[in-house]
Amino acid sequence: MHKQSLACDVLVIGGGPAGIAAACCAAESAQRAILLDDNPALGGQIWRGKANSQATRWIDRARQAGVQIVGGAQVFAVSAREDRRTVLAQTETPEGLCTVQCERAILATGARERFLPFPGWTLRGVTGAGGLQALVKGGWPIAGKRVVVAGSGPLLPAVAAFLKTHGADVQLVAEQAPWSRLVNFGMGLALRPAVAMQALSLFPQLVGVPYHAGCHVTATHGARGALTAVTVRQGERTWQVDCDYLACGFNLVPNLELPVLLGCAVQDGFAAVNEWQESSQPGVYCAGELTGIGGLERSLIEGQIAGYAAAGEKGRQRARALFAQRRDLYTYAARLNHAFALGDALKTLASADTIVCRCEDARRAQLDEIAPGSWRAAKLHTRCGMGACQGRVCGPSLSFLYGWPIEATVSARPPLFPVRLETLAATGQQEPNQHETTGEKR
Amino acid sequence: MAESVYDVAIIGAGIVGAACADEAAAAGLRVAVIERGPIGGGATAAGMGHIVCMDDSEAQFALTHYSRTLWTQLAPQLPADVEYTACGTLWVAADDEEMAEVLRKAAYYSARDVQTTVLDAGQLAQAEPNLRTGLPGALLVHDDAVIYPPCAARFLLERAQARGATLCIGEVAAIDAGATLVASVALTNGRTIAAATVVNATGAWAPELTPGLQVRRRKGHLVITDRYPGFVRHQLVELGYLKSAHRVSADSVAFNIQPRTTGQVLIGSSRQFGDEGTGVNEAILNRMLARASEYMPGLAGLSALRIWTGFRAATPDKLALIGPCPGRERLYLATGHEGLGITTSLGTAKLLVDQLTGRKPAIPFEPYLPGRVTAKEAAHG
Repeated sequence: MHKQSLACDVLVIGGGPAGIAAACCAAESAQRAILLDDNPALGGQIWRGKANSQATRWIDRARQAGVQIVGGAQVFAVSAREDRRTVLAQTETPEGLCTVQCERAILATGARERFLPFPGWTLRGVTGAGGLQALVKGGWPIAGKRVVVAGSGPLLPAVAAFLKTHGADVQLVAEQAPWSRLVNFGMGLALRPAVAMQALSLFPQLVGVPYHAGCHVTATHGARGALTAVTVRQGERTWQVDCDYLACGFNLVPNLELPVLLGCAVQDGFAAVNEWQESSQPGVYCAGELTGIGGLERSLIEGQIAGYAAAGEKGRQRARALFAQRRDLYTYAARLNHAFALGDALKTLASADTIVCRCEDARRAQLDEIAPGSWRAAKLHTRCGMGACQGRVCGPSLSFLYGWPIEATVSARPPLFPVRLETLAATGQQEPNQHETTGEKR
Repeated sequence: MAESVYDVAIIGAGIVGAACADEAAAAGLRVAVIERGPIGGGATAAGMGHIVCMDDSEAQFALTHYSRTLWTQLAPQLPADVEYTACGTLWVAADDEEMAEVLRKAAYYSARDVQTTVLDAGQLAQAEPNLRTGLPGALLVHDDAVIYPPCAARFLLERAQARGATLCIGEVAAIDAGATLVASVALTNGRTIAAATVVNATGAWAPELTPGLQVRRRKGHLVITDRYPGFVRHQLVELGYLKSAHRVSADSVAFNIQPRTTGQVLIGSSRQFGDEGTGVNEAILNRMLARASEYMPGLAGLSALRIWTGFRAATPDKLALIGPCPGRERLYLATGHEGLGITTSLGTAKLLVDQLTGRKPAIPFEPYLPGRVTAKEAAHG
């Protein structure tokens, strides 16, 4: 089978804003830089599928700086070599195994939506908020469909506005955080004009869409496996809203698989880094939503700092110049995370027979029965988290429901993604660049 | 402070400890089970869950056959999550020499009332269409089965608890099982559990609690795929497995794959001494997958979901240790099952409780007595 091996000074994993910025800055600081992404095109979740002048500028800058971009490469294993001075990443590309050896690694794997289970969430028509947005970007017809957007976070009004401009009939945005917190956050927004403008610019599209705070979906109603309505609750009041789609997301959780596999420390649910964005593992840097949720600007700044810092002393001087900007963005991010913290009421949504792991059809009652409870015991006895998504969906939701640390629910062992057996078999072969002798007798 | 005195305190709630607890409780003994982690979280979780009749030696045959019969009897009571499936084992021959072994094995089993069928090349291809062409045949052992071991361990433990056994969660600091009237187990959380007899059923970790035991960790790797229902229909094992598994020193791999009820394919196997890390060894993984693909070329294109490793508790003569620990009269052992702990857990539990209660055993227990293997440093504490 085809096998490719590459080497560089700085390897950046993740081609979203943080990763692109990191690769640019490393390459501009005279480092041989490789940028890997699992998608064929760069951009990450936020820049996906739309012509965006900011994205184009950054991607052009990376090309000009000489960054070697490898798209369609799914990193399924990463390890520190015995000398602790090099890191080896193993990826599967459409052509086969591709390994990259580097002196320093910058992880910028971003975040994903957290989904919480509630009765009926497996009905057809219930999707992730960002998930539905991605479907529509890909051409899914939404015009004239009734949509409820629910969950938590600044993504919800953005998704609602996006769907509305694509012709959806958005019935309601249900934000679980109470008004009191949102108002405090809003006051903070006034201190950040750029962000406030961004939020305000959504409002024209949202005219006529009720935005309810302190409100969440408690149940869904369906016919023949498809969603027809949801029940929402706000304080003591509950009512039913007819809809074709429920787009749900309960904030974002970082994709911690790579940092945990490399032994990077995790603190409060995010990869812990020092002022240079360097993790507890020397030579391994983390940038963007791995280290905290705070939006595009924050990811770009962190990526630049990581890229410069990974380039050595000279780069570090340029990195230092960005510290003040990062500090401001951290204040914003902290307010944001406080405002949208998940309320305990959400822990009671799933009933005994609600499916909590969709890959393996594990139900809440099965998990409640396990004593002593832990992610590992839950996996062993209910198979939750053992399916193709490797716990990426149910891990964060069970972490919230049962109070397990998020890093304890991270499946941090290779393969991090399903990988063809022939690719896996190729990892142990002795000499990477040698063609396998055919007909070798064992 | 010591709590009430149990008849037997079993350390380890893997499938062997759970089965022993269930059997002891059924016999009317007052039982405590001590476990530090999830139920069935050690080799029980790492193993394949193959219920198999083996014929390496008469003693191995006796225990595996007896145990398999016990599994067949238990099967109707097992909950669905144990996934008991009597898919049978196909011992696959790669050449004429191995086909001769098929016939020898068939004769051996027939003489001992084990139902088998010899398949020729055509029948084998029909039974398992994804095997490579040109294989001369195989031996089908009908009543071998597959289970999901963690849930089996949990079923046995919960049945033991329903019969009065107590589960204590905690890590053992020390066992005191000398010539005193009562043995005791001290936990790191400060608890002490007193019992007439203590049973070390901690698998490959047994020597940590009982220094000097001739039990070594033999590492294995397994890979599980996404769901491909019908891709494999029987537990498939190469006959060369006998050659490789017998080798006590060198690292070895064998074609050994299993259909799960989920439609997933479980791919083994590897055996290594001296690698104490839990990480994946890429070189041996490569050999293992290459071996599997030689027999089943279509595997190469399947999607692998997970890889894991585990440690078998290996003894020098490849037989389990079931019975009193020499020099420590209140300590019994139920370990050293190597790759057969899932199969022989039920037989082990019977033989252990036979010895504890003086019951008449269904098969002789002498071949498995720990005293046959001289402990290097007996009589600690």
